[in-house]
Amino acid sequence: MTRASLAGADASTEVPLKRRLRRAERARQVKALALVLPLLVFLLFTFAGPIAGMLWRAVDDREVRQLLPQTVAALASWDGKDLPNEDAFAALASDVLAARAAGTIAIAAKRLNYTLNGFRTILTSTARNLKAAPERGVAKETLGKINAAWRERATWTTIKDAGGPITGFYLLSALDLTRNVDGAIIAAPPDQAIYREVFTRTFVISLSVTVLCLMLGFPVAYLLATLPPARSNLLMIFVLLPFWTSLLVRTCAWIVLLQSKGVVNDSLHWLGIIDQPLRLIYNRFGVCVAMTHVLLPFMILPLYSSMKAISPAYMRAAASLGAPPVTAFLRIYLPQTLPGIGAGSLLVFILALGYYITPALVGGAADQMISYFIALYTTETANWGLASALGAVLLLATLLLALLYGKLVRGQQVTGGMKN
Amino acid sequence: MSDNASLRTPSQRIAWTATIVVSTLVFIFLIAPILAIMPLSFSSGSYLTYPLPGLSLRWYDDFINSPRWMNALKNSMIIGVASTALSMVLGTLAALGLAQWKSRFKPLVLAFVLSPVVVPGVITAVGLYFFFAPIGLTGSYLGLILAHTALATPFVVITVGATLQSFDTNLARAAASLGASPIYAFRRVILPLILPGLASGALFAFATSFDEVVIVLFMAGPEQRTLPREMFSGIRENISPTITAAAVILTTVSVILLATLEGLRRRNERLKGGG
Repeated sequence: MTRASLAGADASTEVPLKRRLRRAERARQVKALALVLPLLVFLLFTFAGPIAGMLWRAVDDREVRQLLPQTVAALASWDGKDLPNEDAFAALASDVLAARAAGTIAIAAKRLNYTLNGFRTILTSTARNLKAAPERGVAKETLGKINAAWRERATWTTIKDAGGPITGFYLLSALDLTRNVDGAIIAAPPDQAIYREVFTRTFVISLSVTVLCLMLGFPVAYLLATLPPARSNLLMIFVLLPFWTSLLVRTCAWIVLLQSKGVVNDSLHWLGIIDQPLRLIYNRFGVCVAMTHVLLPFMILPLYSSMKAISPAYMRAAASLGAPPVTAFLRIYLPQTLPGIGAGSLLVFILALGYYITPALVGGAADQMISYFIALYTTETANWGLASALGAVLLLATLLLALLYGKLVRGQQVTGGMKN
Repeated sequence: MSDNASLRTPSQRIAWTATIVVSTLVFIFLIAPILAIMPLSFSSGSYLTYPLPGLSLRWYDDFINSPRWMNALKNSMIIGVASTALSMVLGTLAALGLAQWKSRFKPLVLAFVLSPVVVPGVITAVGLYFFFAPIGLTGSYLGLILAHTALATPFVVITVGATLQSFDTNLARAAASLGASPIYAFRRVILPLILPGLASGALFAFATSFDEVVIVLFMAGPEQRTLPREMFSGIRENISPTITAAAVILTTVSVILLATLEGLRRRNERLKGGG
């Protein structure tokens, strides 16, 4: 065989081989994706879908449109500057009669009452007193006589704004904002403006817990990272046991310890430090203590792994170059723990933001965090739009922080079980 | 101690002593509440205060003879085992797939798969409540099992994924070159090697379901109440010593899970150390 034919044979087998390899690789990738697919589909149904549904509810506004269809249609062309025309009044009268007959007037009243306090009374009194559809041309007068509110522009803008099908009303409410009669965004009336305070409170509690966890967790993580493995593994049990103990057990334990006849108060009394039992629970103190206890392992574990990676040679080098211990710690050691501090603090803060169980059990009325209100509006008062809007704000905050967390710990191993 | 040898200056010794003192206090803070609640469950009195008036097992008796608590224990087991099994299947498949998949979308998919861990429980619960109610999945075992599976699967993906990372893929290739079918190779070569990872994934999944309460609060009917759910209402109404008995039982389960996990970790390290 000549050299040329050899080279030719090589060339002829080389190309198909490359192609075959590529094809095999592509098949491998398709197979890999097929393995992930069941979980993706499952999460779409049990996680992403439901959350998307919740987000949709935050802007969905079809109740009034469905229950007062003619009114909403008649108001579509109204410019909102003066009172609407006679047609709108007639449409409303007809809608109210139909809604009363169908028994749906209360649903519309409830929705409209969210925007304008007292709308429930306006609508129910109208439904009660409107015996029959008013004669042609006197609908305006008839309704005005039944309830003077129909002579006010605000009543009508409320219906128009709630005419859907989508609304920013709930999202604005979640930020203590509302629209005035002319459609401008203004601060909500004080009796409805509570959420900014709730968000601030949630933020303050989460931040306090994060700072407490960092202060308590740093020395522990340092100790665990510095001790020889045999000892630190043993001490690690003190961190892992609470981590694995049920949240409810731990919350229950704090109630037992901190109640007025509890162990802490009894001990303080016995030591002669106090005469009267201190109020340690069902207040902010109790919430912070219990939440710090629950979240402390989430601070210690990332701090520990970042400290474990710091070679002691750096500190020795700093010392041998003449740095006093404090300087060496501040300039050499601390900067290297910053990724751990960042990851741990972010993790604790993110988890604290969404807390529900612990504040609900050991907090007072003034310590309830945003999750409590989301739960309240979902199950108690069934104001699902507002619950969803508050949820959307919380979700946004969580996801932004999680994104930051993801950037911080990229490449690091994520561990731990999250409980809330 | 080797570290004390390097502590030359008095200020370093003071700092080290301070670290030990503070850490000891923090360890007490972490463990004391869990230890303090245990003896109360053996109290013969009905108040949750020390000193104990006497010892008795009456609250355990109460727990065992209460249909409410036993039903809750049964539900926790049913839902925990079922969602563990389901999340193991879904999570292991996904971890195997993610280990081989090469794409720039991989971080995105991974973030999505892990997101149930980060999203606040209330948000997931509210979403599921709206989503499952119209299709009859609230107040049902199936609904709770599906929801708990969604929460537990990320832990399976993480643990199994970590095991796969240290898995030598040449072993699978060797099996294939010796004529093993992919399924045979998985069963006889890959599976035994990643089994500890699977086991810790299962433990994490079970613990997640066993401890979950927010979703149960929203979705469970009276029939599906789990142990944490019963504890929640028990703590809300008034804490009877029966709750402390339940707490001890729950803690015992946690200790068993933790010990098993630690055993698995040690075994794994030994195997790795051995080559």
